[in-house]
Amino acid sequence: MGYSEDSGTGNERGMTLADLRPGQKGQVLRLPDEAIGNSLAALGLVRGAVVALGRKAPLGDPRIYSLLGYQLSLREAEARLVGIEIC
Amino acid sequence: MDGKIITVALVGNPNCGKTTVLNQLAHAHEAVGNYPRVTVAPREYKISHGDWTIRLVDLPGIYSLSSKSPEERAGRDFILFKRPDVIVNILDAGNLDRSLFLTTQLIEMELPRVHVLNMADEARRKGIVIDRAALVSMLGGPVVETVATSGEGLATVLDLAIQQAGAAHQHHVSVGYDIHLEQAIERVGTIVKDLHPAELTPRQCRWLAIKLLEGDEEILTREGEHSELIEQVNEERRQFSRHHGEKCEHAMAAGRYGFIRGLLMEARTIPDSVDAGGVAIDDVLLHRLAGLPILLGLMWLMFEATFQLGGVPADWIKSGVDLVSGALRSLLPESMVRDLVLDGVLAGIGGTIVFLPNVVILFFFLALFSETGYLARAAFLLDRVMHLFGLHGKALIPLIMGYGCNVPAIMATRTIESERSRVITAMVTPFMCCSARLPLLMLFAGAFFGAQAGTMVFIMYMLSIVTALGSAVLLSKTILRAKSEPFVMELPPYRLPTLHAVLFHMWENATGFLQKVGSVILVGSIVIWFLQAFPRDVDYSRDYDAARVEAGQIQDEAERADAIGKLALAENGEKLEKSYLGRVGIAVSPLFRPLGFGWKDTVAIMTGVVAKEAVVASYAVLYAEGKESEGLQRAIAASMPPLQAFAFMVFVLLYLPCLSTMGALRREAGGWAWAGLSVVYSLGLAWGLAFIIVAAGGVLP
Ligand SMILES: Nc1nc2c(ncn2[C@@H]2O[C@H](COP(=O)(O)OP(=O)(O)OP(=O)(O)O)[C@@H](O)[C@H]2O)c(=O)[nH]1
Ligand SMILES: [Mg+2]
Repeated sequence: MGYSEDSGTGNERGMTLADLRPGQKGQVLRLPDEAIGNSLAALGLVRGAVVALGRKAPLGDPRIYSLLGYQLSLREAEARLVGIEIC
Repeated sequence: MDGKIITVALVGNPNCGKTTVLNQLAHAHEAVGNYPRVTVAPREYKISHGDWTIRLVDLPGIYSLSSKSPEERAGRDFILFKRPDVIVNILDAGNLDRSLFLTTQLIEMELPRVHVLNMADEARRKGIVIDRAALVSMLGGPVVETVATSGEGLATVLDLAIQQAGAAHQHHVSVGYDIHLEQAIERVGTIVKDLHPAELTPRQCRWLAIKLLEGDEEILTREGEHSELIEQVNEERRQFSRHHGEKCEHAMAAGRYGFIRGLLMEARTIPDSVDAGGVAIDDVLLHRLAGLPILLGLMWLMFEATFQLGGVPADWIKSGVDLVSGALRSLLPESMVRDLVLDGVLAGIGGTIVFLPNVVILFFFLALFSETGYLARAAFLLDRVMHLFGLHGKALIPLIMGYGCNVPAIMATRTIESERSRVITAMVTPFMCCSARLPLLMLFAGAFFGAQAGTMVFIMYMLSIVTALGSAVLLSKTILRAKSEPFVMELPPYRLPTLHAVLFHMWENATGFLQKVGSVILVGSIVIWFLQAFPRDVDYSRDYDAARVEAGQIQDEAERADAIGKLALAENGEKLEKSYLGRVGIAVSPLFRPLGFGWKDTVAIMTGVVAKEAVVASYAVLYAEGKESEGLQRAIAASMPPLQAFAFMVFVLLYLPCLSTMGALRREAGGWAWAGLSVVYSLGLAWGLAFIIVAAGGVLP
């Protein structure tokens, strides 16, 4: 944990949902191959979807993302599986 | 279709209002709440509509038809394998973008459908305008706008469902995918058609091909005998992800969302900026620094109100009970029947029923938390903490529900996807101090701790959650090593709870409590009364009559009265000890002697296994002196020192789940072994903790 905390916005390659800062938006590029990928896809996290980070929980995790006009809460562990580019 | 009976299933995303619709249409009272996955098992109601009989089935909410968690499975299996005659697809009108994803799958299955755009009030408030005529043609089925909470628009839903069930002609629509996917579907579909030449229509072949390409495990197993088909499917899936850098099913999902985007572009006007729901409120309630203290404060407020506010009507009930028992005492002739009525029935029921206000207030708060959407936020706030204890954030909802009643709380663990995590939560939920334990805690706290009573009970509540969390750690480190599972939860918008919903929730639980008082507690009190009243002629250790004559000789009047009084007490005491109840209690009481509990406490503990409220009722019968209700508190206060009383409270808080809870545990955790483990573990823990308290208290000055 923690080592990947600060990949920063400059690093465009390998950005994930977990790297978004509150208020920042990203567009989904990649979903994980694991089963969780299907659940996330059903919830609207498909390639091309625009997702914004709303806020983090007081203890840093989980987070609230907004997409398609609703709010979805994910842990950092799952957010890290979704590849994005900042937009 | 069987004559004029049809099955209609309510299908939709979690929290879109399916159960509210069911409650309106079937005049049912199923649980609703403003968080995803309140309903965890299908529920069927028969209603007659004109000359039709409709079996209306409420299903657990699902986001897609390829779902994994058990309650989503239940929903999906019902649709796939029970094939209802009509699907009433409930959609959140304010969030059609995601709600329609499931609809795209229903479209492909070609089930007759009625589309219900529920929560139309919220959509209107957001300024969303929907072109219904456009939707009807693009979705291939009627579309109705409704507000389930008020009943608006629901009148036509059943008519439309019946109409759809009878419709000979289906209006076909197709969800189109990108060209490469379409080609793959075409190729696989051709093989499917050759394998099932007569039985499948072209559209069914397309559906099957799509499911196979999506890698749906159940469908793949079902078609497992056709090895060339499976091989082709696997090859297509491999090829696709090689060329597109994306799994087939993910591309399909993207295709569905593309279809939805196009559809909504035509059929919906939406203002440029729509609030995702209560961001301003979240700024406060989910605040980085204030969020957790607010949560704790709200919990404290809930318990404080439960005790303080509940005390007032409790006093009225107490006076009412006293009035009735006083009247009966003077009306009925002295007899065994009078004793049974006063010391058995009235003592038991009266002793329990005074706690009704507390129970009702507790449920008021639980309803408020769940209806506003705060409960889901509490799960969000505490997920990290719960994680430390080997639990999932979603486990918070069953645990808090456990403060009401353990049985629905254990049912609610179904929303947790991973088996292990779910079993752990179900196993520790019985430690949550349900409202049935409240009467005993209040009785003891009141009897022993006077002004600190409220604090004592709060401590007990905290102890119950600490024990639950501690046990979760233990389980997750030993027999149920769970790997952590994802926390993926939709955050519901804040909703103003309808007065009706909250009052209704309180009413339901109040009547539930009263029913228990009228059944289990009533019977229990009578049984206990008989067991303590018989046998009538006991073998006394001494001749009390002779002793009384002797005492009658005493000259001094005060001394004489005192001696006679003492004799009466001793005789009564011996009679009780030698009654059937006394014998059972004394036989078991060695188990509890190290804790300093007497045989009466033992009896009360044993009756609590049936229902926890019975503990207080037993005390009331055992100590029945036919006096005012305060008498019970005083009698108990005299029966043991405060330290033992504290140990007793802890013991009753933690020992054994009640019978209904054990049943629920067996069902949800899967097997009596779990229920058995829970019995052994909780008994051991309760005994051990009580012993430590007594021993430590003995050492301390
Ligand atoms: N404003 C508004 N609220 C509604 C409407 N219909 C339902 N609700 C509220 O939405 C919440 C969810 O309703 P439920 O009936 O429990 O939803 P469900 O689809 O059965 O949810 P699950 O069982 O969790 O899948 C409750 O708080 C309802 O009071 C509506 O038309 N308008
Ligand atoms: Mg429901």
